[in-house]
Amino acid sequence: MQHDIYIYLLLMSAMTLAIRILPLVLIRGEIRNTFLRSFLYYVPYVTLAVMTFPSMVEATKSPLSGTAALLVGLGLAWRGASLFCVAATCCIIVFVTELFL
Amino acid sequence: MQVNPLEKSRSQVFYEGVHDGIPIALGYFVVSFTLGIAAKNAGLSPFQGFLASLFNNASAGEFAGFSVIAADAPYLEILLITLVANARYMLMSCALSQRMRPGTSLWHRIFVGFDVTDELFGISIARHGLLDPFYCYGAYSVALPGWAFGTLFGVIAGNVLPAMLVSALSVALYGMFLWIIIPPAKRDSIILRLVAVSFAASFLLTHASFAAGISFGTRTILLTVLIAGAGALLFPIKEKKEADHAA
Repeated sequence: MQHDIYIYLLLMSAMTLAIRILPLVLIRGEIRNTFLRSFLYYVPYVTLAVMTFPSMVEATKSPLSGTAALLVGLGLAWRGASLFCVAATCCIIVFVTELFL
Repeated sequence: MQVNPLEKSRSQVFYEGVHDGIPIALGYFVVSFTLGIAAKNAGLSPFQGFLASLFNNASAGEFAGFSVIAADAPYLEILLITLVANARYMLMSCALSQRMRPGTSLWHRIFVGFDVTDELFGISIARHGLLDPFYCYGAYSVALPGWAFGTLFGVIAGNVLPAMLVSALSVALYGMFLWIIIPPAKRDSIILRLVAVSFAASFLLTHASFAAGISFGTRTILLTVLIAGAGALLFPIKEKKEADHAA
């Protein structure tokens, strides 16, 4: 470990707080640039999708249980289940699947 | 001072926020517990995990940050990955700025901005009319401790748990990500296509031999800029849309 964890945390927190606070403090009008607005609108979905797959399948002891949790989680989220329901069911699916592997 | 009988007092609004924030705090505690496991694996102490969650309250952002710390990557990488993973809060903060009473003080703007998350943004934007900062403070006062202490206990207890339980809990965060991206993808076919392309491209870059040297953080930044940029070029948004969903 060459880097200091506290410096990592300081940089990370400063960036997060700047992202959250600066628009509220600085922006009084509306963002009108279409490209920028569209880009910002799509960013969260792309980022989270990239971070979810294939990482989710590889996070568990067996890729089979991760895949099962991914499919069930996709289905539940599609049907509009709550945050707690989706997250908890994914965990249960992994646990139960790995009981039989 | 004249009090308008129709206007709620600060403490009333604050308690409404607390009320709406409690279910969020419970969900946060569970999810951030698993985040604590990731923090522990990245080499963070319980106190460091607590600090990270107190000042970030961002599942994807913190998770990405911990992966950078685990890799002992350059400091610049944690700035970039945090920027990319949390960029959506900038949009939400923009949306909230449109709902502040004109003349709201700088400090109220700073404190409301302090804890803009998917869920807290969701309940704030769902309120009618102008946003009272004290509603946010009420919700934050339960949600933020739920998140920070969940992480703390995750770092402490994560490795005491049996391996099978840790394996099961490790997908909770991904479940939360699915919960964020899938409902909007169902409503908007462009988002659905972008999510599908992102899954495919991410899989390809993870396993293709030509991309073997690319880290998780760099891959996330690269694909986000490319795919969201292409989306914005090909499918520009004409009307105003909100990047939220009912929390």
